[in-house]
Amino acid sequence: MSTVDIKINGRDITVAAGTSILNAAKLAGCKIPTLCYHSDLEPWAACGICVVKIEGNPRMVRACSTLVSEGQNYITQDPEIHSIRKTVIEMTLADHPQECLTCGRNQTCELQRLSAEYGIREIPFDRNVKRLPLDKSTPSIVLDPSKCIQCGRCAQVCQQLQDVWALEFIGRGEKTRLMPSAGVLLNESPCIKCGQCSAHCPVGAIYEKDETDIMRAAVQDETKHVVVQIAPAVRVALGEAFGMEPGTIVTGQIYAALRRLGADAVFDTNFSADLTIMEEGSEFVERVVNGKGELPQLTSCCPAWTDYMEKYYSDMIPNFSTAKSPMMMQGAITKTYYAENQKIDPKNIYSIAIMPCTAKKFERIRDENMQASGYDDVDLVLTTRELARMIKTAGIDFLNLKEEEADSPIGQYAGAGTIFGVTGGVMEAAVRSAYYLITNEELEDVNITAVRGMEGVKAGVVDIKGTKVKVAVAHGIANVKSVLDEVRAAREAGKEPPYHFIEVMACRGGCIAGGGQPYGTEDDVREKRIAGIYKDDEQSEVRCSHQNPEITQIYKDYLGKPMSDKSHHLLHTHYTPRKVYTK
Amino acid sequence: MAVKNYILVCGGTACESSKATEIFNALAAEAEAQGVIDDIQIVKTGCFGFCEKGPIVKILPEEAFYVEVVPEDAKEIISESIVKGRMVERLLYIDEEDKKKGDFDIEDIKFYQKQVRIVLRNCGFIDPEKIDEYIAREGYVALEKVLFEMNPDGVINELKESGLRGRGGAGFPTWMKWNFTKGVKNDQKYIVCNADEGDPGAYMDRSTLEGDPHSVLEAMTIAGYAVGANMGVIYIRAEYPLAIERLEIAIKQAREYGLLGKDILGSGFDFDFEIRLGAGAFVCGEETALLRSIEGNRGMPTPKPPFPAVEGLWGKPTVINNVETWANIPMIILKGGEWFRGIGTERSSGTKVFALTGKINNSGLVEVPMGTTLREIVFDIGGGITGGKKFKAVQTGGPSGGVLTADFLDTPIDFDELTAVGSMMGSGGMIVMDEDDCMIDVVKFYQEFCVDESCGKCAPCRIGTRKLYDILSKISKGKGTHQDLENMETIGNAMKKAALCGLGQTAPNPILSTMKYFRNEYLEHIDDKVCKAGKCKDLVKFEIDPDKCIGCTVCARKCPVNCISGERKQPHFIDQDQCVKCGECYAACKFGAITKS
Amino acid sequence: MAKMTLEELRKLRENKKIELDKRDTEGKSIHIIIGMGTCGIAAGAKESLDAFLEEIDKHNIDNVTVKQTGCMGLCYVEPTVEVKVPGMPDTIYGNVDGATAREIITEHVLAGKLVDKHIFDRPAKDIVKE
Repeated sequence: MSTVDIKINGRDITVAAGTSILNAAKLAGCKIPTLCYHSDLEPWAACGICVVKIEGNPRMVRACSTLVSEGQNYITQDPEIHSIRKTVIEMTLADHPQECLTCGRNQTCELQRLSAEYGIREIPFDRNVKRLPLDKSTPSIVLDPSKCIQCGRCAQVCQQLQDVWALEFIGRGEKTRLMPSAGVLLNESPCIKCGQCSAHCPVGAIYEKDETDIMRAAVQDETKHVVVQIAPAVRVALGEAFGMEPGTIVTGQIYAALRRLGADAVFDTNFSADLTIMEEGSEFVERVVNGKGELPQLTSCCPAWTDYMEKYYSDMIPNFSTAKSPMMMQGAITKTYYAENQKIDPKNIYSIAIMPCTAKKFERIRDENMQASGYDDVDLVLTTRELARMIKTAGIDFLNLKEEEADSPIGQYAGAGTIFGVTGGVMEAAVRSAYYLITNEELEDVNITAVRGMEGVKAGVVDIKGTKVKVAVAHGIANVKSVLDEVRAAREAGKEPPYHFIEVMACRGGCIAGGGQPYGTEDDVREKRIAGIYKDDEQSEVRCSHQNPEITQIYKDYLGKPMSDKSHHLLHTHYTPRKVYTK
Repeated sequence: MAVKNYILVCGGTACESSKATEIFNALAAEAEAQGVIDDIQIVKTGCFGFCEKGPIVKILPEEAFYVEVVPEDAKEIISESIVKGRMVERLLYIDEEDKKKGDFDIEDIKFYQKQVRIVLRNCGFIDPEKIDEYIAREGYVALEKVLFEMNPDGVINELKESGLRGRGGAGFPTWMKWNFTKGVKNDQKYIVCNADEGDPGAYMDRSTLEGDPHSVLEAMTIAGYAVGANMGVIYIRAEYPLAIERLEIAIKQAREYGLLGKDILGSGFDFDFEIRLGAGAFVCGEETALLRSIEGNRGMPTPKPPFPAVEGLWGKPTVINNVETWANIPMIILKGGEWFRGIGTERSSGTKVFALTGKINNSGLVEVPMGTTLREIVFDIGGGITGGKKFKAVQTGGPSGGVLTADFLDTPIDFDELTAVGSMMGSGGMIVMDEDDCMIDVVKFYQEFCVDESCGKCAPCRIGTRKLYDILSKISKGKGTHQDLENMETIGNAMKKAALCGLGQTAPNPILSTMKYFRNEYLEHIDDKVCKAGKCKDLVKFEIDPDKCIGCTVCARKCPVNCISGERKQPHFIDQDQCVKCGECYAACKFGAITKS
Repeated sequence: MAKMTLEELRKLRENKKIELDKRDTEGKSIHIIIGMGTCGIAAGAKESLDAFLEEIDKHNIDNVTVKQTGCMGLCYVEPTVEVKVPGMPDTIYGNVDGATAREIITEHVLAGKLVDKHIFDRPAKDIVKE
């Protein structure tokens, strides 16, 4: 790798060629302030905060988008730079509502932090705040254009990382808005509700639909038996909201906190992840061994991906696993198996899911199959961020909570269930059990490292005793296209499909970086959360779904066997093509 | 009965004031007296552009050119030139350099015409829809020369020698752009013509494309050969239908002749064109935004580097120049870089086309050598200020430029001089203002333009343009403060440094420049709440002098908002709360009873 | 027309050059050249063109070529028209509306008299000219 020798504020440093000034300065221990920049995205160069000087050049350049070149001395701070940045911040603030105290991003807002760092005490310019209507059309996300600072992150993530193009720059100049094309509402747009826009928004202009009050009311209702499930990825991220390192496993504390919030029973979505593997794995075995159904099989547990597929790749519907997502399976068995088991009238059960994901709020009501129990299988979905707020509001001392266990009989999980939270995890879990389902033998080494890691598309071949299973894993919807196009091309040419099994997660890194996770998700945070997930897997007594005793139990007592009629009724669904724009 | 001679008397403003009419009458009287009136026709013409030697009389077909003529010369002119067919030696123009007297061809006289036409060489001469006419005027000779006699380096060297700088605004050396692109190894490269002319009042590019489309096609083909590109894209505003049509015709004809397409003239070199229409966003004149627009994306600038020369259209190396720059190229190849360098100033060679508009007698397209002074352009070519009013300033560079005051009338105009005095060349809009123009009003117009045309991507421009406009509005209403002036400087500087593209970086120029040269005018608006030019409506007050008003009721009838009241034959009165300051009453009053203050 | 070789192009250029210099195409010695840029058209150049053609037709003049060109730069007096009549000065007329166009035919072309109210001399020196 070639390197360049440069100076940052007169101090020598050698960095890799192709490094931006921003990153070079970071390596030199100099933080250059940014606002529109996000490490997930190509530098957009909009905000004008990161300007720096190159010695000998009268102009200023943007540190985010300018690459270092040999021999230059970059000045990242001087009185003139300070005053330019300050003016730009002041101008941005002058057009911003400044309702920090009542804003969802209070204390996590990047503009607020910048203002504090630059010691802004007054705005010398006339205010020009535009009051624009909220877009609350989706069940997942709220757009508040009044607070938007037009940094463009949401549109970039929506277009570049997710390839959805729900959000666009509309209008020009001061009338520029970030909203769906043609000015339609978000739920009329291609939006897949993944919430990455809300996770990337530096201010409070896009956020998850806050439904914490509904949970508060539910736990107050004496007639309701409130059960809560938590998703795999929540356990390695929630701690961040309380100042813990990303990746810290706080499963037991979450169970404890939920009980203190009023839950009557606490379950784990990981249990249903194991259940999903039994169903989806068996479905896969049917397709690959018995030749029943289309190949490749596509995973279906990510609701944003499902929505995307129905809009953009509906020709792939036959390839989709009919297995519901773990959350919906958990909801369905809660109001059937668990209700019968505990002799509780399912109509009195109130089922809540804590998810890293905003799309889950939409999945809950996406069609009539989500009421397999005869009731809403899941009554309420809260994101990790909402749960953090609830815990804080309730005054629960999260850091000092004693770990607790989940309730039975749908609370135990295998390591395979927990890795559902990371990219490649569903595939790895499926392979662990598919091996058993096909060969009746246990896998020697359950760590399928080929499908791990942050590579956008991971492909490999798994040898199941001579059956070569070609798998691919994609995360970040934009990475899906190349894989699916390969499949399409092979199909059109009448060739063998290039893959047998494809896992897709809409968000980069998987659910651990979902749209509902604590703010500040970047690749370093993703890596830590992923490490937390694998640690949780390794620490599990049981690593494979089919070995989870509660799973064995539910099949024995209730479902019969995977793909049984009862399974089909409760745990499977179907898909329909949807219009990209509904207006 | 045919006319034998034509006598042309200069009727320009300058000559007119030095007795051209008297000369005209004297000539007519003499012709009558000497009995030749039926053999001649005396006509007054427009300005000859040679006012320092005026008044001027020209005799045709002999092409006798008499200077500093006085009415008393009429007798001699008629008797000698017309009756005897001889020159009036003492009136003939003497070339200062070679002291030669004589019947020069008008076009040989130095300074006769301030204009030098390179870019507009064919505009107004050839039929732009006939490739043959272009070919007849040395068209495609440069391409021949390049394809068969020069190698790519030679072409770029010629360009380097010429010193040609981009005419789109910033004046970047053209050869360097080409050289960057040439230096990048890539199978696919592009040549792009920026014909997204957007400055208010500028239409140089449109006229060039309408009048001489082949010169741009030829130039781009030459560039393709020099840098190793085979595809040219012309990005032109959809609002220029005629230019588009003529380009299409030109491309079609050139293809038919084999001057485009595969194996041009059997040279083995391929080149062809595509036309892309822009929807008229000003920012799409910015090169990166333009490229994004061609690619089908929203026209928003992207950071530089990477420069288009290295990573341009579809990520491929791209040479992008504007129409005027392109139109220079064939002449440079034809006549050589050295020839081109001989025109203009040391650091800005060649000519510049200006669209001269505003309070000027001869508004129009002018092409002058770089280094021509403002005075020459405004007073000689432009014929001075309309209505004989006082010159106040010239705005150059449109919304990106600044003002040049009377102090700069003798500043030679080139890239660096304009930048040094806080304006810029821009694409060539030149708007002349007189004493009736209010600087705040003018600048407010430009700022409003920038507010509308900012793409909205970067905060300094999106917010800054609006803030500046709001402050100007306040000042124009007499509500500005000294703090506002400071704020405008602060915001302006932040925009210059932190805006992403040229539009935002230069948008505060008109304000910063006028704040420097017309600070008093700002202070008058702020401290005295006065707009001396009477353009800022909120600061203008119309009143009726009761001593002068005879109660004719004309003003009251003209008033569109019925705010003038009074009995017939009694002094009238304007209700200031209702008055919209339209000035109708002021214009209508025949008795000077209405005052404007 | 088929694609040309270098020689053919050069030959064409020579022929056209002579034509252009003589301004005598197909026996037509009088040239009326109308500035038909957007500016000219907007100012009414199409009307003037029609007037010229009608008037020429009316008077049965057969040695006149009427053609278009781009903007001559004289925006303040559009539409502009250049008239070339052998033995008379080449003249650029400005503000040529329909009526003026007719006058140019009857006065300038037919009677050999310049229409003096509308004359504007050629505004620029053409340095390309040899």
